[in-house]
Amino acid sequence: MEASSLGAALELVSSGGAGLSPEKRAALGASLPLLRRDYRFERVWFWGRIQGLRGAYYIAEGLGADLAAPRSRLYSLNCVEWNLLPPASGEMMAQAEALKGRFQGDPSFEYQLAEAKVADDEKLPEDKQEVVIKEEIRLVATIEQIDKAVGIIPRGSFVKTPLGPVHENRNFEGLSLTEAKKLSSYFHLAEPVNLKNKTLLEKADLDPSTDFLDSLEHDIPKGSWTVQLEKGGMVVVLRSLLWLGLTFYHVPMTKQYGYVYFGTGEKNLDLPFML
Amino acid sequence: EPGHGPYQPHEPGYGLYETGYSPKDKQIPEPNTQMLAVQNAKAYLQKSSTASGLNLYDHLANMLTKILDEQPRNVVDIMENISKDVKWSQFQKKMDTLRDEHEILPTFEVAEKRKALFLKAHGEGDEELEDEIADTPLPNVMETAFYFEQAGIGLSKDETYHIFLALKQLISVQPIQTCRFWGKILGLEMNYIIAEVQYHDRAEDEEAEEEEDNEEGGKGMDEEKEGDEDEEKEDDDAPPQSTYKPPPLIPKEDTGTGTNKYIYFVCNEPGKPWVKLPSVTPAQIICARKIKKFFTGRLDAPVVSFPPFPGNEANYLRAQIARISAGTQICPIGFYQFGEEEGDEEEEGIGGRDTYEENPDFQPLSVVEMVDSLSMWVHHTQHILKQGRCVWLNPFQKSEEEEEGEEEEKPEEPEEIQQEIGPPLLTPISEDEGIQNVPAWTAQFSTNLVPQYAVAIIQSNRWPGAYTFASGRRFDNIYLGWGHKYSPENHTPSLPPPVQSEYPSGPEITETNDPSVEEERALQAAQEEALAAAEEEEEEEEEDEDDEEEDD
Repeated sequence: MEASSLGAALELVSSGGAGLSPEKRAALGASLPLLRRDYRFERVWFWGRIQGLRGAYYIAEGLGADLAAPRSRLYSLNCVEWNLLPPASGEMMAQAEALKGRFQGDPSFEYQLAEAKVADDEKLPEDKQEVVIKEEIRLVATIEQIDKAVGIIPRGSFVKTPLGPVHENRNFEGLSLTEAKKLSSYFHLAEPVNLKNKTLLEKADLDPSTDFLDSLEHDIPKGSWTVQLEKGGMVVVLRSLLWLGLTFYHVPMTKQYGYVYFGTGEKNLDLPFML
Repeated sequence: EPGHGPYQPHEPGYGLYETGYSPKDKQIPEPNTQMLAVQNAKAYLQKSSTASGLNLYDHLANMLTKILDEQPRNVVDIMENISKDVKWSQFQKKMDTLRDEHEILPTFEVAEKRKALFLKAHGEGDEELEDEIADTPLPNVMETAFYFEQAGIGLSKDETYHIFLALKQLISVQPIQTCRFWGKILGLEMNYIIAEVQYHDRAEDEEAEEEEDNEEGGKGMDEEKEGDEDEEKEDDDAPPQSTYKPPPLIPKEDTGTGTNKYIYFVCNEPGKPWVKLPSVTPAQIICARKIKKFFTGRLDAPVVSFPPFPGNEANYLRAQIARISAGTQICPIGFYQFGEEEGDEEEEGIGGRDTYEENPDFQPLSVVEMVDSLSMWVHHTQHILKQGRCVWLNPFQKSEEEEEGEEEEKPEEPEEIQQEIGPPLLTPISEDEGIQNVPAWTAQFSTNLVPQYAVAIIQSNRWPGAYTFASGRRFDNIYLGWGHKYSPENHTPSLPPPVQSEYPSGPEITETNDPSVEEERALQAAQEEALAAAEEEEEEEEEDEDDEEEDD
């Protein structure tokens, strides 16, 4: 969610039970603008909080002019001092996939991952490697996974310019109430995967300037998003069931929207059983 | 007249200021024709499009008016969009003369319901006001919400206040002795807001329960008797009766004890009517431990699962509430104590003590102590045994009624069932097992910056979403989440039981392999040998007999 509208946005998202204490809110109000100044970001998003066993990580993302470019991520343990996280690489993601369980809350905690290579018995004792992964790496990989999988924006809010970079659409007035209830009005803010697979007939209806991302309609498994109208239609809240804790809000017919993650940072692999 | 410009006719710049004499000039140099040209252009611009009925002149005029009115930044970049918007606004014109009905958005309906919460029920005199203030079971939801907010837990203030008023409405309708806001469980279509209450007169409720039980028991007895009669008639021709005896049904606990100590009311949103949840049975708890399903938000929705859940979503919700309460309701040590009168151990029953009372001499511990050591907190809800109850019951203890019915049938020998014992009431939470490497509870301060006014916060890791706070004499529990237990491993659904065998297998009906050719030959050869040996013996005997006869 935008750092500038943090207070109002938190009120709208809090129906899930998670929020920020007044102390943290005030601290963010002071430290996020400083982040923007120091790192020369165009805008700063408060991404959310990952709850560890001994502490919590507060995450912020900084964006430049191009909204589709890889974002810089920072974490903090107390909402006052922020540390930059390394950008996520494929190798990091692969390593972090193997880790399970809660985050510890200590960024220098090291996970021991024993990799046993399937080789001849003779070679086994020599080839067994103990890969050590720091919690920071796991944090980066988890944030990247969550953003790719369930980071969403309303349709029409971002527009792609002919030169490539993606900008905010200043003409976006918000979705109407009927549109807001449909999953097809929301897009994943990530590289589109399904777009090429659409039939020509469907592609003809698309507007290439705004429809350049995947919509939520074809997410697998079906039903992995809950759409609820809160306060009798004043706010549309989407919650992801794949990553429990990700909440997206939008006030129809206004420009207010955003998503935030309050959770443990674990994927809900039991989703197919639970639906 | 020759030009008015600064150049003299002999200079090269001459003629530039003069229309008609400049080499670049293409127009007919007469003012009249110039005006004519302008008019032609304007007429062209005003030509209506055959497709849309608009004309470019009006459209450009509208667009420029809009731009000049609004004066947006960097207008040239978004000009096409403005043009599109202006065109689009043309279509908004109402062509018909009928007036639109005011749209009744669902927004307004919900707002109506919420407004109703704010209105007082009847006209009130001063007496009633005093009564209200004196002894009300209404909990101070806003106060607990304030403490939880210090830790960043809780719903928005608006929603909390609505829940507060909804609880007030509940109390005015039902005869309630104590009431507490238990928490909120999220669902797919709608969410649940849950209140935990205890009734004034339990007699009222028990009567209703007894009626239900009698009906069910009566039906059961009738069915058994019918079954016996049928058996007697058809004993001769009947196919073999199944020897399957379903495991004994474990009766649910009485209202006011064990898992059914509190009654729960739920509603989807504050303002909607409160619905009472039915009591929970041990079978439901056992099944709820094996399945993991999201709540849809509708109490009558079926729960499709394996093993099949005995009930609908209302029962599943109640079972999860019971499990969460048993696992996560905690209080500071010393706040509650066991009753002063220690009765005989027989009276207390097998499960140990199950009642407690507030300790009048409670000395609140400092927040630092509460956070540092988990043994400062104790459970004040009874642990649910594997059986699904808080107090263990031997299911094979036959009551008198059952014994009469079972005289004819051969009772199977009851297996020796171990009495299940759970941790007694008021055990400290430091005794709770973690899951793998994850400790069961996490304790922290609400703030590190202002330790004088910090609040101790405990979060459960086994049931993510369960929180407790303590500050001085105040403490409370709340649950805000999806209603499921934490498991680091994936949920593995239980496998179907093995297929039951139709008949007992014995040697006479067990199939064996046909003997192979070699085996048959070998057998035949052996048999022939035996036969030959037997014949020789017979021959010898005959010879002996013959010899004997001849001798005679």
